[in-house]
Formats: sequence, structure tokens, C-alpha cells
Amino acid sequence: MSKAALAQFQQVFIEESLEGLDTMESSLLELDNGGDAELVHTIFRAAHSIKGGAATFGFPEMSSFTHEAESLLDEVRSGKRAIDGAIIELLLRTVDCLRAMFARAQAGEPLNDTVAEALRNELAAAMGRGAPAGAVQARRNVDQADAWTIRFRPYAGMLASGNDPLRLIRELGGLGELTVTPEFDRLPATLAALEPGECHLGWTIELKGPARRADISGVFDWVEDECDLSIDARHVVTEAAPPPAAAPAAPAPAAAAPVADAGAARAQREASAESSSVRVSIDKIDGLINLVGELVITQSMLDTFREGEIDAARLAVLEQGLAQLARHTRELQESVMGIRMLPIASVFNRFPRMVRDISQKLGKQVKLELVGEQTELDKTVLEKIGDPMVHLVRNAIDHGLETPDKRRAAGKGDTGTLTLAASHRGGSIVVEVSDDGAGLNRDAIIGKAVQRGLISSGEGMSDEAVADLIFQPGFSTAAVTTDLSGRGVGMDVVRRNVADLGGTVTIRSTQGKGSVFTITLPLTLAIIDGLTAAVGEERYIVPLVSIVESVQLKGDAVRSVAGGGELFRFRNEYLPVIRLHDAFGCQDAVRGIDEGLMVVVEGDGTRVGLFVDGLIGQQQAVVKSLEANYRRVQGVSGATILADGSVALIVDIAGLVRLQARRKAA
Amino acid sequence: MSDNSRSEALQSQYLTVNLAHEEYGIDILAVREIRGWTPVTRIPQAPHYVLGVLNLRGAIVPVIDMRLRFGIEREAYGATTVTVIITVAGRNFGVVVDAVSDVLDVSPDAIRPVPDMGTTVDTEYLKGLTSTGERMVLLLDVDKLLQPQDAQMLEAALPAASDVKAVA
Repeated sequence: MSKAALAQFQQVFIEESLEGLDTMESSLLELDNGGDAELVHTIFRAAHSIKGGAATFGFPEMSSFTHEAESLLDEVRSGKRAIDGAIIELLLRTVDCLRAMFARAQAGEPLNDTVAEALRNELAAAMGRGAPAGAVQARRNVDQADAWTIRFRPYAGMLASGNDPLRLIRELGGLGELTVTPEFDRLPATLAALEPGECHLGWTIELKGPARRADISGVFDWVEDECDLSIDARHVVTEAAPPPAAAPAAPAPAAAAPVADAGAARAQREASAESSSVRVSIDKIDGLINLVGELVITQSMLDTFREGEIDAARLAVLEQGLAQLARHTRELQESVMGIRMLPIASVFNRFPRMVRDISQKLGKQVKLELVGEQTELDKTVLEKIGDPMVHLVRNAIDHGLETPDKRRAAGKGDTGTLTLAASHRGGSIVVEVSDDGAGLNRDAIIGKAVQRGLISSGEGMSDEAVADLIFQPGFSTAAVTTDLSGRGVGMDVVRRNVADLGGTVTIRSTQGKGSVFTITLPLTLAIIDGLTAAVGEERYIVPLVSIVESVQLKGDAVRSVAGGGELFRFRNEYLPVIRLHDAFGCQDAVRGIDEGLMVVVEGDGTRVGLFVDGLIGQQQAVVKSLEANYRRVQGVSGATILADGSVALIVDIAGLVRLQARRKAA
Repeated sequence: MSDNSRSEALQSQYLTVNLAHEEYGIDILAVREIRGWTPVTRIPQAPHYVLGVLNLRGAIVPVIDMRLRFGIEREAYGATTVTVIITVAGRNFGVVVDAVSDVLDVSPDAIRPVPDMGTTVDTEYLKGLTSTGERMVLLLDVDKLLQPQDAQMLEAALPAASDVKAVA
């Protein structure tokens, strides 16, 4: 196989193995929560595929490492060993270690490191505890020798699976000089009883020449479930692993390392995932093919209008054709966007492990509930929503949920519940992180905010407004976490990250009952529905989702207030006015309130009146980045190209509100 | 044309453009295309010399007026006014100049350092100067046209740009 071809298969193998590791991890966690024995089989199968694949695709270190874990699992599977917390913990760390190995494999670095070595010894030691005889242990630990005795007895059905013993023995010949002695004891007594499709022979193979155990077992990787195999060292060169007595010392230094290592590996994996591929279900592709088919038909129908006169009858057909074309284009667009949509489960799935680790560390009992894992999100959003969610979940366990004592004192059950829920709501995706913990401490937050000079007093502030304070940058200090039970570690970063995705974060919290963090995200980032607004000679796109309604006001409806601001009455509230021509410095714009249009918009939970000359029409805007060649512009979320080829900027309401606030402050 | 045959292999080509009766050279490898002047979409909070953005086959590209960039008085755009699209470090931007005139082969020997003298252009943005026949050509350092000084200026113009929402 050529190197390029191998690399291509390696990539597929790595992707599949990472999925396998995810399965292993989630199954282990389920097992930890008292899952059934079938899970052990699932874990074993995943480990086995990784081992086999690793050997085939040129990762012998990974293969032999996984082999240790697989042996352990095999004992559990066959009932020789009861699964307990220690084994699950060990296997979880094995999963982390393998992830790190795959990350290194992708980066082209050496696979083994000290963590892997230490863990490998631990696995071997765990095996040693329950191993039937000391002799096996001694032999196991021999990694390299000058001579080996290999006893290979295929089961009768091995040939049926396409494995040829002769090929295996030839391959073994590549490792050194062979002396092969066949064993005939299983041959049937009469020729009539001989089934030609079955394998009745066994072999004892003496291998002379320096070889590693991994190399030898690698030869038999594909058949090891279909034969009795023993590999014994005859002439030992080195004692690779420490004797079992010394092995238990290894776990201590290794224990801390895998966590950090896994984090790094995950970060690296995510970094490379940004440019990686998307798996698309065949249904979606079939749907696309159908649509393209219809598009072609419509196109050929329209093509007939190239020739001949167009009379009234044909005009009707033409109009119908154009309408069809518009519909197909729109459907095609939606379907293509659909390809980018992936279930949020891939983000949710990292949390069971994290919740388990954090809650154990903090001595809290947490039950994690996942709702709506199949909700689909744009891939870009999906990749970037993970970190803010990790933050929220960590905060919820750290600050929200109480220890069992405190929960009992508050009259709640020992175990706190943390719920992650995703759902579609209108044109948005809503992701909720809720807990039934202590909730936000209003007084403590107000106290902190006053101390930091964010507010003068909490008098008359709504609970919502108080909760909103924790998103202030000033709240993200270590002192907050120790001084009060409220949250606030980097919440401003969470809000900013979500805002980068065009979404918002809000809190609902009841003291003593718990909190709900709600992240609202747009379905996709690539296309938005917007209204085109005219300001002087210029055109801006106002996203439809942020528009509440538009009103024509009389000149005296807007009042100037001290400090240069303007207010107008909308229903029962007074809203500040942002004149777009002032904010963006447009020339020749309408200035009289009664000549233009007041568009009531909402951004970041704040309502304002956006004053423009007028609205021209609705259109879908393909969002283009300003940053690719220029830079971010405050109050502008991007640009789009209008039907005439010119560029129009897309207004970012939340940014505009912040811009206005800053100008007022300045 | 350079008559120095020894360094022919090292010769580089420059696109010469006119700006306020002086001739400037832009490294031709940085030039992506030359387009006639078309109106651009103004962007808010931009330095005065950034005219706006244009649609370059689907990409949004900022456009700079070279006269304003170098503090020369603005002149009405005419039939010869062109936008030269330049690519530096993977980023595209357009510069508006009075006209394009020629492509010049320049050998490294023929590039002389810029004396600190009263040219209209800040010598900081010049790589050197060369002459062709009677004419003197100032060679622009395109890498410096938008950065780092410009980047800093842009940052200064927008002190708190970090919390601006962006949609990719």
C-alpha cells in the first residue's frame, strides 16, 4: 500500500477510533452508574477494533497498549473479574490516554509518552492481581527476547473467515528463523470425517532472532479470536516492565497527569476538527440529488423560451417556471444549509464525564440529565458552543449545587440535578443549563456590585437586572467565588462567546430553588433574514430577528433628555432612540422624526428605537465577513452583497446599543 | 529596463502608478488586479482615508485612497482613476490612485535608498527609489501600507473593539 493511501486510511481509522473511544467512555460511565453487562461487551468490542486497526494501520504502540486494556476487559467479560470503581477509573484513564495518543498520531509525534508507559504498567499490574499464575505474569512482562516459542492452534472455522495459516506463518518468518512443527492430534480418524473447509492442524513454531512480543502478536491480530495462541519467550534479553510488586508505585505520579493531558488532547482534537469533515446522512444527500434533479428540469423548461414569440399563454408558463425556480432554489439552499447541521449530542456527550469528575472532586452528588440531544445546530455554532457550556456547567456544580449536608439542611434530596436541554424555538436554538441548587444570592451580588462601583445601590432593581450583573467583567475575580455564593467566574466571557455566535445568554434564578441559564442561538450563521433600511444614500440590513415592530412617530413624540439622549414612548415603556445616521455618521439622512421611521429593535435583552429614513424591503442576506480583509466594526456584524452587486452592512443591534452606551459615557 | 545583465535573475517587476504628478512603484507580485473606480460602501468608524468596502467577487475588501493616506489633497475621480487590489499576508485591500502607467523591470542594484527629503510621501512607506530614463520612481513598501502603523491607528480609532459582535 502506498504511503498516501495508508495515510488516508489512517485518517479514517483515527476518526472511527475517536468515535469508539467516545462509546467506551460513555459506556464506562453508564457502567459506573450500575449499567448492565452488555455494556462490557460494547466496551470490549470498541477496544478490540481499535487494537486491530492500530496494528493494521501502523500504530504498533497503540495496538499493544490497547491490548493490555483489552485483556483486562476480557477477564471482566468472561466473569473472571468483577468490575469495580477502580477498574472503571483505570479504564477511563486509558481512554484519555488513547485520545492523547491519537492526537499525537495526527500531529505526527511519537505515540508513547511517560503517561502511557505508566498507565500501561498499571494495566499490567491490575491484570497481575487476578492472574491465575505467576508464571504467566513473568512471561507477560517479557517484551523482547532472542527466541520465542509460539503455539498456534486455529479453531476449525478459521479458514472460513479468510485467514490463511500459511500466510501468518510466512509473515512470522519475516521476524527470524522459523522451525515449524505441525500438530496432528485434531485430525479426524477417517478420511470420510475430514471436512476440507475446516482447519484441523495446529503448529508449534520456534522463532530464532531478536523480536518483540508486540511484533509477534501483531501477526496474529486478526485471528486471535479464532485460535488458541501462546507466545513464550525462550531467551530473555531485557526485563522491560518492573516486577508486579513494584508496579503499584507507578499510579501515584500518573494519576494527576492524564487529566491535563486529556484536556490538551481534546483541545488539539477540537482545533483540528475545525477544518475537518462532516458526516452527512445518506437521506440528506438523496434529498439534495432530488432537488438538483428538479432544478435541472425547471432549467430545461425555461430554456425553451429562448426561441419563438412569447405570447400571453407562454408568458403564464414562463411565470410559473420562474416561480418553480425560486422555490427550488430556496429548498436547495435550505437543504445545503441542512448539511451543516449536526445534532448537539456531540457537545452534550462530553459532559457526563466532566460532571462525574468535578462532582467527585467537590464531594457533591450530581445527577446529569440530557434533554433534546438530537436537536441540530450549525457545525460552526456547535464547535464554538462547547466552551461557554463547559463554563456554565462547571459554575453550576461549583457554585450552584450544594453539598449533600447543605441540601439536606435546605430540605432537598442529597443528589442535585443538573439538566442540559436543547430545543428549537422559532428561528432559534435554545440551550438551557439548569440546576436545582442554591440559586443566585441577590444581596451578595448587589453588595459586590456596589463595592465594585457598578451600581450605587440595589434599590428597586428587578431580579433580572441583578442577575444580569454577574455578566459584568468586574465580577470575574477569584474573590467573588469565595466571598459569596453567587456565580461569576468569567461569565462576561461566556456572554461574549455566545454573542460572537450571534446569540444571547439570560438567567432566571430563584434563591434556594436553583438557576436556569438560557443560551439562545441563531439556527445558522451563514444566512439571515433582514430588512433593508435606507439611511441617506446608504443601505443597511437590519436582522429580522431583532426587529420588534416599526412605527411612524409624530415629531413631538420624541423627547430630549439631559445628557443628549432621546426617549420615546412605546406602549407602556420609554425607549432610548438610536439615530442610525448619527451612530454611523451618514450624510444626507432624514433628521425630522416625523419624516423617517422608528424601528423598535431588541438586542442583548435591551429594547431601543432605531431611527432610519425608511424600510425598503425584506431580503435574505448571505453573511460575509468584514474581518477577512479588514477588521471588526462596532455596531456592524458583517456585510452582504445586494442584488446590484454593491455591498451593504448588516447592523448588529447589541453592538450598537453598547456603542451608544459608551458614547454617552464618554 | 535595467541594463545590468548580471542580476537579471534577481530583477523584480513593479507596477507604476501616478499620484499627484509623482510616480510610485508597487511590487507586481503583491498586485492582484486593477479595476476601474467604482463607488464603494462607506464603513462607519473608519480612518478618513479608508473609503469603504467593495465586493470583489463575493469577498468584502476595504479600499484606501492613496492621496488621503499620504496626506495629499483629494481630487475628483476621473476616467483614469483606478483601484489597485493588493494582497499582503493573505489580506486584500484596494488602493485608489490617479492612474496606472507602466510595468517596470528593476534590478536590486538599481534601487537606491530614499534620502530623507521633502517628498509628499512619508519615507517610512518607501522601500527605495529608482529611475527610468528621465523619470524617478518611488518604490512603495506595500507591507507597511496597512500595517503595523495602520493597524495601530485602527485600534486607536476603536478603543473597545474587542466586544464587538462578529458573524463569520
